[in-house]
Amino acid sequence: MPIKIISDKCSGCTKCVQACPFDVIEMKSREETGQPHPRFKKIAFINEGCNLCGACEPECPFDAIEITKEEKKPRVALDEYKNIWVFAEQKNGEIEEVGLELLGKGRQLADKRGCSLAAVLLGDGVKGKAGELISHGADTVYVMEDGMLKDFLDEPYTAAMQYLIEKYKPETVLMGATTIGRAFASRLAARIVTGLTADCTELDVDSSSGLLHQTRPAFGGNIMATIFTEHHRPQMATVRHKVFKPIPSDGSRKGEIVEEKYPGKFTSLSRVVEFIKDETQQVNLADADIIVSGGRGMGKPENFNLIKDLADALGGAVGSSRAAVDAGWIPYSHQVGQTGRTVAPKIYVAVGISGAIQHQVGMNSSDTIIAINKDENAPIFDIASYGIVGDLFEVVPQLIKQLKD
Amino acid sequence: MNEWQLTEDQKMMRDLARQIAQEKVKPVRAELDEKGEFPAEIMKVLAESDLFAVFVPEQYGGLGGGCFELCLITEELSKVCPAVAVSYAASALGAYPILLFGSEEQKKKYLPQIASGEKLAAFGLTEPNAGSDAGALQTTAEKDGDSYILNGNKIFITNGGVAEIYSILAMTDKSKGARGASVFIVEKGTEGFDFGKKEDKLGIRASVTRELVFENCRVPAENVIRKEGMGFIVAMKTFDSSRPGIGAQAVGTAQGALDEAVDYARQRIQFGQPISSFQAVRHMIADMATKIEAARSLVYKAASAVDSGMKDVSKLSAMAKLFASDVAMEVTTDAVQIFGGYGYMKEYPAEKFMRDAKITQIYEGTNQIQRDVIGLEVIKESTKKKIK
Amino acid sequence: MNIVVCIKQVPDTTEVKINPETNTLIREGVESIINPFDTYAIEEGIRIKEKLNGEVTALSMGPPQAEESLRQAVALGADKGVLLTDRNFAGSDTWATAYTLARGIKKLKDVDLVICGKQAIDGDTAQVGPGIAEFMGIPCITYVRKIEEIDENKMRVHRMMEGGYHIIDVPLPALITVVKEINEPRMPSLRGKMNARKAEIEKWTAADIACEVNNIGQMGSPTWVDKIFAPPRREKGVIFKGEPAESAGKLIEALKEKKIV
Repeated sequence: MPIKIISDKCSGCTKCVQACPFDVIEMKSREETGQPHPRFKKIAFINEGCNLCGACEPECPFDAIEITKEEKKPRVALDEYKNIWVFAEQKNGEIEEVGLELLGKGRQLADKRGCSLAAVLLGDGVKGKAGELISHGADTVYVMEDGMLKDFLDEPYTAAMQYLIEKYKPETVLMGATTIGRAFASRLAARIVTGLTADCTELDVDSSSGLLHQTRPAFGGNIMATIFTEHHRPQMATVRHKVFKPIPSDGSRKGEIVEEKYPGKFTSLSRVVEFIKDETQQVNLADADIIVSGGRGMGKPENFNLIKDLADALGGAVGSSRAAVDAGWIPYSHQVGQTGRTVAPKIYVAVGISGAIQHQVGMNSSDTIIAINKDENAPIFDIASYGIVGDLFEVVPQLIKQLKD
Repeated sequence: MNEWQLTEDQKMMRDLARQIAQEKVKPVRAELDEKGEFPAEIMKVLAESDLFAVFVPEQYGGLGGGCFELCLITEELSKVCPAVAVSYAASALGAYPILLFGSEEQKKKYLPQIASGEKLAAFGLTEPNAGSDAGALQTTAEKDGDSYILNGNKIFITNGGVAEIYSILAMTDKSKGARGASVFIVEKGTEGFDFGKKEDKLGIRASVTRELVFENCRVPAENVIRKEGMGFIVAMKTFDSSRPGIGAQAVGTAQGALDEAVDYARQRIQFGQPISSFQAVRHMIADMATKIEAARSLVYKAASAVDSGMKDVSKLSAMAKLFASDVAMEVTTDAVQIFGGYGYMKEYPAEKFMRDAKITQIYEGTNQIQRDVIGLEVIKESTKKKIK
Repeated sequence: MNIVVCIKQVPDTTEVKINPETNTLIREGVESIINPFDTYAIEEGIRIKEKLNGEVTALSMGPPQAEESLRQAVALGADKGVLLTDRNFAGSDTWATAYTLARGIKKLKDVDLVICGKQAIDGDTAQVGPGIAEFMGIPCITYVRKIEEIDENKMRVHRMMEGGYHIIDVPLPALITVVKEINEPRMPSLRGKMNARKAEIEKWTAADIACEVNNIGQMGSPTWVDKIFAPPRREKGVIFKGEPAESAGKLIEALKEKKIV
């Protein structure tokens, strides 16, 4: 294993056991492991669940933990890979907002690195949208049109992107962490043998080496990790909605549109029969700038009208906690939290939600959090930017009334 | 800590009951209570999890446990919702007459259905004019060829209407008084067997308590348990086996209330500190916890005695039921007190435990009856002692 | 029908707390559980088996302790459990994990359907499922909320999308990842738990499943965790108490002042 405990130094103090977020370090008897020590009876043992996150290393007071990076040989010639790409996801011929947001970040990174920024647009009859990508920062747009690319299917999309990457060798590829982006990026990274980092909340680039610093939350949002892909190219990352901001559209920007043709014929075993718009799924929480969520405190389904009224007054969408969904007061598609959706709106209003950690991980990166709860000890107040302690059935109507005035 | 030396299987049963209580019962208990709605879905989960099998021998489709296992599960369910626990335990009560006194045919026919939870059972003794005085039964069973004709009403029957299999006490010979009673197995759907008024109760509201009505209900003679005239012995032995279960229900109810109260006391801030740091509250908690522990010991002891086949368990069973139910009433009342004003409100779980606790002092023999049983047994024992 | 359900044993991240003084994780007393999303995968696998017959194998990669989660899967109704465990798997990222699991599935032979939870709660990447499908060369449908029809050769599934869902036809073998909406997992049964206690959980090493050394563990992982750190703490907010009308007024005033509304 590339991580080891230096037997002479380990005192068995258990600091590392406590520091390990993944619970893979335990204490073993030195006698059992055949590593006797004149003073210490126990020694730390790291099991195979270790993912080398490194949390233990700085915690060890005796420098007894050593992480060795195994020398890897790059599988490709790294310096052949240049430029930053953004996958511009489209649905029904419309560019998804997240693609424009990624162009915004991609522009910064490309400028810092001194390289060009390209967008990739796959679809059928989407060429007309390429200009939109240029006006949002792309220097080049690679467009590939084909009937098989109309709706997302993992096989043709992966084949198309693989072809383009092998042809142009980008240094970095960014994708939206949407339903499509997540599935597609994962399959692609597996195929072209490169690293992929999901749900990055911060991206930076080393201007000389081009190494992408990818920072993401893990462990239910309790820790942040910065991740590198050193020996493989392209470096791939996905980013959720609303994490970055698009640059304002500038119609005078110039760029090149390159039409690409797939050399073979796309095949796909799976087939999209149809897309069903679902009213209950209509709430696109990921897109909303303002979300008002109701929880257990709502008491019954009718009371969600109050949430809806407040959302309307603020111009936002309706969310909910798991408790309200489980009680059958509101459909699952509204659920925010660990087993629901993760959102990061400008304003998140939690009404009658105690704020269990399962809920917090789904909304704690919102810009402003407003909590309304009668229990002043509710954990939601710990993360709220503003809070009102009081009966929601009195407070919310007041808010609606005063907002309207 | 494992003072009762639970086996691996027993721990597994307890843990599974605990998991079901937390995941399936807790989220809906307040709603079930408010609506007085029978927890049919939860009964299905308990059945699919084999929890009805724990008190039935293996040869009849069970897992081979006994009263002790029944108590462990009843206690766990009661910690979260006593109404769910009693709906579960009442099926065991209905099954006991068959288990203890049934013929091989009766056992083979009915026990596997009860063990799988496919069918619930119930026990019918109480009548409008006969509760504690079981000798005053008015329901009759008249022999008519190969069958008996049942007439009369039973009231306050737990699982009435939702159970499929009923053990019913009826007089086959009124002239013999208590010795003229017999127990019959009556299946739901039998002609002349119907259900009457559903009670609206103070507590255990999610459990069904209902009237049974027999109008010229014809039951085959093969459904008599053991033989005519054995009714009281069957009933008393059934209670000997089931009373520890009521004790377990009471212990669970008390423990559930205490757990909620302690959680609350640790969070509730008054005068700048959690109220659990005040001696007045802390001492209440200490007394509550001590009483529960004592009650639990007595219940487990009685349950173990039942399972050991000990001959005279009446006294111990009655003690377990009596003591645990009185403890439950005291502890749940104190839990409401610790919650203060919130304790009185339906939004918090404390008041429900207090309402649910009361019945344990009443059913399966009021605590006054239990004291009679205990007193009588103690005096009987004394007279048997040789005077030196 | 041979079904493989991939599961992961994870720390119950919802139990984790942050020490407010040191801003570090307090992991004490946090239990290991089956990744909650994987419980829906297990349930769906068992339901399909109940309908079409066949065998459900629960597969996991992890330390020897992960055996416990496989036993839980057996208690719920899986026919057997297989644990891929080897010191050389340590340090695996999603690429190496997907590769390793795919090798394990290959050894199981003639697998018709692979089911994964949509993501694990400790990593939240949602990358392993599609990765396995790629290594196996089979189609992958993520975020499945319903299997409308399934037989030995094909199925029709609903994939949850933003604003609706796709109805997709796919031949078997295939891999799906499932969301919570697909079912309500059953409780284990006592008989199931008793079976599980006796069940033998097979343990396979890298050699058993013929892994390329360069594709597993840290060597096979393109990504490298450079550092981990505590997320920035949110500043303590402003809390209004008292008359509802007054509190509401103060809140709106504050939001206006900060130009939030």
